[in-house]
Formats: sequence, C-alpha cells, structure tokens
Amino acid sequence: MANEYVVRTKDLVKEYTMGDQTLKALNGVSLDIYRGEYISIMGPSGSGKSTLFNAVGGLDKPSSGSVFINDVDMAQLDAQELAYLRCHTIGYIFQTFNLIPVMTALENVTLPTVFAGMSTDEGVERGIELLELVGLGGRLHHKPSELSGGQQQRVAIARSLANNPSIILADEPTGNLDLNTGKEIIDLLKSLNKDQGVTIISATHDLKMLDVSDRIVWIRDGQIAKVEERKDLDIRIGEMEGQEALH
Amino acid sequence: MSEPVSASGTVIRRQIKLPFTKAVEISLKSIRIRFWRSMITAAGILLGIAFFASVRMSAVFSHAQQTRVEEKRATLARGGKLSAEDVILINSASANAKEEAAAGTRLQWLSIMALLVCTVGITNSMLMSVTERFKEIGTMKCLGALDGFIVKLFFIESCFLGFIASVLGFVVGWLVISLIRLAMDGIEVFGPYFWAQSLRLCGQSAAIGTVLTFLATIFPAYRAAKMPPVAALRAEV
Repeated sequence: MANEYVVRTKDLVKEYTMGDQTLKALNGVSLDIYRGEYISIMGPSGSGKSTLFNAVGGLDKPSSGSVFINDVDMAQLDAQELAYLRCHTIGYIFQTFNLIPVMTALENVTLPTVFAGMSTDEGVERGIELLELVGLGGRLHHKPSELSGGQQQRVAIARSLANNPSIILADEPTGNLDLNTGKEIIDLLKSLNKDQGVTIISATHDLKMLDVSDRIVWIRDGQIAKVEERKDLDIRIGEMEGQEALH
Repeated sequence: MSEPVSASGTVIRRQIKLPFTKAVEISLKSIRIRFWRSMITAAGILLGIAFFASVRMSAVFSHAQQTRVEEKRATLARGGKLSAEDVILINSASANAKEEAAAGTRLQWLSIMALLVCTVGITNSMLMSVTERFKEIGTMKCLGALDGFIVKLFFIESCFLGFIASVLGFVVGWLVISLIRLAMDGIEVFGPYFWAQSLRLCGQSAAIGTVLTFLATIFPAYRAAKMPPVAALRAEV
C-alpha cells in the first residue's frame, strides 16, 4: 500500500560547523512512520532529537538525506509549497504553547484557516467545533493570558487540527505543564489519535508519554539507538506507575 | 504547471496569498493591543512632523507678513496715508527681514535633521517590536504564513501609525505657530494665502511622515520575514 507511511526519512544527516569543527547532530537517521501512529521521539538533550523533529516538520533543511511527507520529497518544495505543507499537512504543538497573545482563543484557532483561504464564517464554525472538541467551548473569547497552561495547550492543540492535517508534530507538549495537566494533554492527544486517525509525532522527555505511544524511538548521538514497540514496554510502565504511586 | 502529486494522492499546491484586508485586520488588532507601545512609536514621528510643520508655518507667516508690508509700502509710494500701526509694521519689518530669512534657513535644516532622527527612532522601535514578536512570527510561519504576509503586517502597522501621527503632528505644529502669530500679528495674516498654504502643508506633512515610516520599516520587516519558522520552537528569546 502506497500510503502506509506518512513520514519517511532516509539517511538524514545534519551537520553544524562550529569554527573548524564539524558537529553531526544527525548521523544517518532512517525512520518510517506509519499512518495513524502515535510515535514518541525520546533522547537526552543534545541527542539530535530536536534536529530530527525540525527536519520532519520542514522547519529546518537537512545537510543530506531526504524527508518524505506523504511520499512528497520535502527538498523538492519551494518556499510557497513548504508554507502550503505547513498549513495543510502538518499541525504544530509547542512546548511554550505559542498562542498569539493579541488574539482570543477562537481567533488563534481560526488563524490557520485564514492562511488556508477559508472564509471567515467557515473558519469560525470550524474553530468553535474544535474548541468544543478539546473541552474549551465556554472560553472562545478568552485571551491566552486569561487561560491556564493546560487550557492554552488545549487551544494550541485545537489550532494544530484546524486544517485537518495528517500529522501533528508536538515538541515537548507537556514540558511546561504539571503532572496532572500533562496527563490530561497526553490523553487528549491519544484520543485525537484514535478518533481522528491523525498521526502524532512528539519529541519528549516525559515518561508519561510512553504509556500511550505505539512506538518509541530512542535517539542517541544523532543516531537511532533503538525503536521499541509499546507491547515490549509493559513491564517498565508498571514500574513507572509504581513510582508515581509513591508520591 | 505540474504539481507534485504523491502516490497517496496528496497534492502540494502553492500557498495562497492572503487578501490585503486580512493583513489590515491583524495589524490594526496588533496596534490596538500594544496601544501604549504603538503610541510611543507614533510620538516620535508626531514630534518630528510637529517641528517640521511649525518651521514651515513660520515661513508661511513671514511671507504673508512681508506681502502685507509691501502692500503698505506700495500705498505709501502712491501717496496714500498710513496709520501709526502701519508705520511701526514697516519699520520693524525692514529691520528684521534679513535676519528672519537667515533664521528660517537654519530652522529648515534643523527640521530636516529632526525628521532624520525620528526615522532612525522608528527603525529602532520597529526592530524592537520584531524582536519582541520573534516567536509569534515563527508560529505564524509554522501555521502557513508566507514571507510576504509578514512583511505586509509590519508595513501596514507602521504606515498606519506614521500617517495618523503625521497628521496629528501637523495639527500640533500648525496650532502652536498659528496661535503665537495670532497674538503677535493679529487676525490680518490669516488670509486665503494662509489657508491654502496650510492645506498644502498638511498634505505634505502626511506624505513625508508616511514615506519616512515606510523607509524606516524596510529593514525591520525584511528581518521579520526572513526569520526561520524554527524560531517558534526556541524557548525564550
């Protein structure tokens, strides 16, 4: 089946030059991500996790190797096509939420539909529908500063879904949230993954993420150290929950 | 034009350009929210234009005054009678004419300098506003905004501020000088010449102010547009 994979990377290499030294942040990463998968990219700081994440999201160009999104080679796209891809195919969720502070929750969610050329009425309708989906139907006209961290991240999730993307890229989505709120956000992402069939790729430190991920990709020194299936993880998750119970 | 179509049928088109009205809507909102910051930016151009307008208006009044003096002299030459006030007027005018002209030129230069300084000020404050919004711009780019749209946002915002501030600046400069002249020379200088020149100067001030803010925004807007979307991911700037 041609569309089995939503994202494929082939021999990704990203080099940074610092003075006369060349640092390989990514060193030959080949990764295939299935459609509808919930995948977590894990790894310590400086492992190349973020670099991989940025390359997959079309936010940064790799030095060599290629990234295919829905079988389209990203290197072949020009600036306007990349913008189209970011608008329609990928939804982004950030650690720091990144809502536009001057806009209300609804306006934030509607913004991507504006960029997609949707009419205002349609966009507002879609925005309301999405905010209700993430449980914020009663806070349409609140500014981000009037919302809690968890609520802001919900708005961001609604915004990422605005143009029905096939992929959601989440960069440490729970990094700025407390334990319980983080758990709620993870549950929300998982339910979106299940109900809407959207592929979720998240870069994270958060071990709570392991519980819901279909696969976990461990990155170390710019290479894939191992890829674990969820079923292989059950024992360790048990340990994790035991630890949480101690608190 | 062929579009890259994947095996799974995904079509990657070119991102559409947004209608101008959307950009206007977002920029105006942005001004309203950052109202006081925007007002400080506007104050720079307002003061510069107020100074410029006051200098030009002084010149207009001097000219009007001189015309009046010449009229009186002509009356005198024809053998007409002059009142005591008119004699004072002629005497003081002849004493001041050269001095006034020299001072006028100096002031013209000063007003040009003032405008240059306030242009640099606007560049500075727009650059700050770009830096402040790094993350916001990066986020918009992640959501599918094109470079041109970001450029438009900044240009609309600054030109709108520039235009309003210039008109207000003109009104301030015009009012101050007019009131002073009214007290000094009386109502007589406010002839049709004065009104015509005021109108012309108003248009001139608005044009100069707007063009200067436009020029001052080129570099900041370019910097904003060229920012990589990855900036959105940076934790704090």
